[in-house]
Amino acid sequence: MSYIPSTPEQRQEMLRAVGAEDWKALYRDVPQEMLLERPLDLPEGMSELAMSRAMEAMAAKNRLFPTVLRGAGAYDHYIPAVVRSIPAKEEFLTAYTPYQAEMSQGVLQSIFEYQTMICELTGMDVSNASVYDGATAAAEAAAMCRDRRRRVTLISAAAHPDTINTVRTYCYGTGDELRVVPAKDGKTDIEALRAMLTPEIASFYVQQPNFYGQFEDAEALGALVHENGSMFVMGVNPIALGVMKTPRDCGADVAVGEGQSLGMPLGFGGPYLGFMATTAKHMRKLPGRIVGETVDSRGERAYVLSLQAREQHIRREKASSNICSNEALCALTAAVYLSVMGPEGLAEAARQSMAKAHYLCRKLCEHEGVSLVYTGEYFHEFVTTLPRRDEALKALEDAGILGGLPVEEGVLWCATEKASRKELDRAVDIVKEVLAG
Amino acid sequence: MKLIFEKSVKGRHSDLLPKCDVETVELPESLRRETAPALPELSEVDVSRHYTELNHRVHGVNCGFYPLGSCTMKYNPRIDEDMAALPGFAGVHPLAPAYAVEGCREVLDTAAKYLYELTGMQGMTFQPAAGAHGEFTGVLLIKQYHEKRGDTKRRRIIVPDSAHGTNPATAAMCGFEVVNIPSAPNGCVDLEALKAVLGEDTAGLMLTNPNTVGIFDENILEITRLVHEAGGLCYYDGANLNAVMGVVRPGDMGFDCIHMNLHKTFATPHGGGGPGACAVGCKDFLKEFLPASALMDEPGHIQVRAFAGNFLVVVRALSYLMSLGREGIPEAARNAVLNANYLMRRIQGSFDLAFDRVCMHEFVLDLSRFKKETGVSALDVAKSLIDYGMHPPTMYFPLIVHEALMLEPTETESKETLDWAADIFRALYELGYKDPAYMHEAPHAAQIGRPDEVRAARSPVLRWQKPEG
Repeated sequence: MSYIPSTPEQRQEMLRAVGAEDWKALYRDVPQEMLLERPLDLPEGMSELAMSRAMEAMAAKNRLFPTVLRGAGAYDHYIPAVVRSIPAKEEFLTAYTPYQAEMSQGVLQSIFEYQTMICELTGMDVSNASVYDGATAAAEAAAMCRDRRRRVTLISAAAHPDTINTVRTYCYGTGDELRVVPAKDGKTDIEALRAMLTPEIASFYVQQPNFYGQFEDAEALGALVHENGSMFVMGVNPIALGVMKTPRDCGADVAVGEGQSLGMPLGFGGPYLGFMATTAKHMRKLPGRIVGETVDSRGERAYVLSLQAREQHIRREKASSNICSNEALCALTAAVYLSVMGPEGLAEAARQSMAKAHYLCRKLCEHEGVSLVYTGEYFHEFVTTLPRRDEALKALEDAGILGGLPVEEGVLWCATEKASRKELDRAVDIVKEVLAG
Repeated sequence: MKLIFEKSVKGRHSDLLPKCDVETVELPESLRRETAPALPELSEVDVSRHYTELNHRVHGVNCGFYPLGSCTMKYNPRIDEDMAALPGFAGVHPLAPAYAVEGCREVLDTAAKYLYELTGMQGMTFQPAAGAHGEFTGVLLIKQYHEKRGDTKRRRIIVPDSAHGTNPATAAMCGFEVVNIPSAPNGCVDLEALKAVLGEDTAGLMLTNPNTVGIFDENILEITRLVHEAGGLCYYDGANLNAVMGVVRPGDMGFDCIHMNLHKTFATPHGGGGPGACAVGCKDFLKEFLPASALMDEPGHIQVRAFAGNFLVVVRALSYLMSLGREGIPEAARNAVLNANYLMRRIQGSFDLAFDRVCMHEFVLDLSRFKKETGVSALDVAKSLIDYGMHPPTMYFPLIVHEALMLEPTETESKETLDWAADIFRALYELGYKDPAYMHEAPHAAQIGRPDEVRAARSPVLRWQKPEG
């Protein structure tokens, strides 16, 4: 299979038309000693059927868990059927960046609608067309907050470890410093933050709810950050935003987050969706593609890629980011998810996730030796101690349940609206048996 | 057409979730949002029809010819979508225990083996999510390498002026000073200009080969030798790998690290701008600097995003690689080059070629004479193509050619399509002399007329607002 439509006869005809004796004549600029004269050391090409069987065999080597009680940045929420079918439409799928607005209004409008939904969720004024994932969104936010005078970025130790490491890497790139604000009792240590807010601090990033599922006192943190003249960046869970106070209401200057929960499968980590929004004041510092409304030559409403003067193809080495794409199909997926869930459906997913997590926690903690490690308010994740941890998690896995993530303090559990009471009870019973054994 | 918000009817919704079967928990008031987000309130059929209507206003590779230079808009096989949707891949949690993700590891390892053979590299990461993201990763390998050797004076990255804008932007994101060097008249690296800037401060060179005008740089071995001699490393921007995959290997050209856009070369769909995926390959001596995930792998590595990358895109790319295999991969490259040369020669005699010589997978038209004679610009020609259902080529790039149109037909277009496209280009060339006014106003039969981009930038409207009252 090589998906080449022209027949061998046509290829010969085309070679003659361009005055080439054979295909090698087309590669005459290549130093001839560099041409691979041997066959590639690869398997022969496969038919569609043979290839799909080989891929299915690989997929079968993975172990799937019908019940997932693990989150830590990748969440098993229910994905409505229509959220899978719409982004699979071939035009959405096979188009590229909408450079030519006259034949891309569908993509452009879908992004404009997505931007509006992200603004609604976060309370911010302006959203971009998305970036690679939540971790890169945090790193891009740190970059947009720096200026000549303020170069140092602060991040809470209670943020996702991959986010911290990604922000650290982006800072390493530009040669800027990242300082990690310690956590205390599973939350950002506000006194430590106060001490670390010095004149060179450009921004502080906090995750809400944080890596341990705990709600941070975001407003208080934001107020401190602003007192120092620094920017306040919040990384937020988009499902929680169905019920949770918006980053805008917490004083955030930039709101970012991982959008995977909005209809994307776990997919071993990607593709996911980084969303990113800010206030009108900082609009022109926002990196990435942005779609804007305008009118066409007939005076009709139309959509275009806008504010491109910020971007790398214009500014080259002076651009603050090299990003030149977005996760358009993931943004579309999120928009379809939010449309079909609606404000009430989203709030219900949030309420149920929270209720199931609290139920699971209560039931687990009925057993001796299992207790909540961090006792603050939490959303759909929490950390417990767990005696015979590895054994208990293995017993759960054997029963088709992916238990919580082993972390230093114990186990980081997660529940979403997908887990039924019956499944949760079963998980708790299995843990109980192991503890009793 | 209406926005989805304008179709919203208060109180309308779909019941997708079961009733909650455990006790509800109230969020403390201090954490509660004050007003619900103004998301659309619709039934499932409303949503389905809205997006179907939007989908009709999109031109995909499945709709027709898409010769967008530098973007490799080849056909995206449907079976690859089915593979990515297999529950055995789509349902895997990235933090599941090692024994439960052996299949995913096998996908990544197998894909890496294919790419080692195609590139001549020995290390690989799939963590970057896009080409520019891969550049960032690759240049960070160079940075770490020099730092580890204590060679801290190497502060400059050399980039030809024909490069994609991401190259200089990437070098800047990695803390390097960018040295732009002019191209030779044939669009290739000017060896004298390169020699003039090489020195003890050279960290590396970023190069696309074939380059952005679609020409394979015949001095490539000399170029990489010179950079190495000066103590720098050579970075291969794999944007144009489709021309040479399985025919000649970047590793053999002397490159130390490389990024590949899986969404171009290996036929994964572009998705309206993403998600793409990127593999960054490197020679043995750079392997220790490859990124990892703080949570999935051991600490102490750079990391460019969460987890292991756009895994489901890698599944698609591997499906494609396995389908093509040993013979199919170089065959695809050769036919990409044949198609480009054929289309170029079929258009020749109307619009001027920027470089009248054999091309690789793409070529550039120079419309400056045509514009001078007719007043019709590259933009006008591009917009006129839309009326024929053809996606326009890349416009005004590379920057070293004025009034540039860059065409990349790819191997998945038939001779009939190329003949059809060439005839349209020739007809538009004629039309430019007869009726330039008509072309200034093109497109005439598209979804919209030309949009007012100045207005969009001057008075930005970046979201829908509920009308007052």
